Amino acid sequence: MRPFCYARPNSLSEALSLLAEHGPDARLLAGGTDVLVRLRLGHMRPAIVVDLKHIGALRSDVVETDGCLRIGARAVMTDIIADGRIQRHFPALVEAATVVGSVQIRNRATLAGNICNASPAADTAPVLLVHGATVNLIGSAGPRRVPLHEFFIGPGQTVLGPSELVGSIDLPFSSDVSGAAFGRVTRRRGVDLATINLCCLVTGSGNVRFAFGAVGPRPFVVEDDTGALIGRSGRASQDAALDRLLAHATPISDVRANRDYRVAMLSVMSRRALDAATGRLHRAQAGA
Amino acid sequence: MVPAAIPIALTVNSRRCALDVRPHHTLLEALRDQMGLTGTKECCSEGECGAGSVLLDGRAVTSYLVLAVEADGAEIVPIEGLAAGGRLDALQQAFIDTGAVQCGFCIPGMIMSAKDLLMTTPHPTVEDIQAGLAGNLCRCGGYSRIIDAVASAAGSDC
Repeated sequence: MRPFCYARPNSLSEALSLLAEHGPDARLLAGGTDVLVRLRLGHMRPAIVVDLKHIGALRSDVVETDGCLRIGARAVMTDIIADGRIQRHFPALVEAATVVGSVQIRNRATLAGNICNASPAADTAPVLLVHGATVNLIGSAGPRRVPLHEFFIGPGQTVLGPSELVGSIDLPFSSDVSGAAFGRVTRRRGVDLATINLCCLVTGSGNVRFAFGAVGPRPFVVEDDTGALIGRSGRASQDAALDRLLAHATPISDVRANRDYRVAMLSVMSRRALDAATGRLHRAQAGA
Repeated sequence: MVPAAIPIALTVNSRRCALDVRPHHTLLEALRDQMGLTGTKECCSEGECGAGSVLLDGRAVTSYLVLAVEADGAEIVPIEGLAAGGRLDALQQAFIDTGAVQCGFCIPGMIMSAKDLLMTTPHPTVEDIQAGLAGNLCRCGGYSRIIDAVASAAGSDC
């Protein structure tokens, strides 16, 4: 690895002044499972690495607040998977976080880091998107809240300013009863990046949201509120409604799959996720 | 400008250690090159192979994806820390008894991942073991005996 300086601020103000001082020459470090790979490959060449893990204001847990679960910037995948409230209210997030890397990766990798890395194939992104997650940013100009669907700009690019960082991610509890399910296609069963991934959320009022990953420059969410997707008007209109949503996908061909395969699998996996999400909705309604 | 070395204090195999580490050096480099603990291996350096797995504060991590300075204040257990009082850990003994070791290069990482698994899942199914070891590659292809060894250790010790 190329040499760099290392700073370990204990406060947000210290971290923000380091960012202000070094600008694009500073890189933030949380779990490091993406950053260290990119440092080694020389894709990142920072003058200074700013380690966020000693800032008490950046929490490593999940707290319930203002009608949502707030996931701290330092919360790692392993702890998110094990959180009873996440399991109960956001089981699709458990499914997605469980397939991020290996155990060793999930013990270090943070949800905030997964989002900031802004990979089009980030596994947690589709789940966060269908649930309407909001990213809480902290910067020298003050805090701001950005809906996740506005946070991603393109591959590796977010709206984060040069002296801003992610403080937490809010997952709002749904006001309506709902069910959600995550799905993905990989080349092998174990540790692998997603060829495509997606999440489907169905609400009791018949609203259906899909979020898709690895089929465009950034993960994105689409919605159908006609009721057609839950089969109210028959199979033909359900297929037509799904096709309208899938038309937003613009996959490319790369080492993991070609474009046509992604398009075909997205249709298959969307139907499976819709079925799984609808099943969860029905169980939630039966239990309520 | 060459960034100066940073003093860190960490616990390795229950012993307090003070080291001066370069900011861009990994925990793996500190263990192997500065402490002479060469049981932990470097292979892919990307988090794919798991050969560099150690326990950091009781959880398996890939030591080549952790900077040495990040381990300041942490408790590290590499493979050399498992045997106690001249007796091998139940996992180590099970790997020998089951014939799970071929070339041996992946085994320290396999055992540290298995250690993490058995701490959280004392009675794993075969599927649990496969999932727990999914981040560890064996190029000899000796997976079935490795899985047998972990299952056997779980039965004997956990």
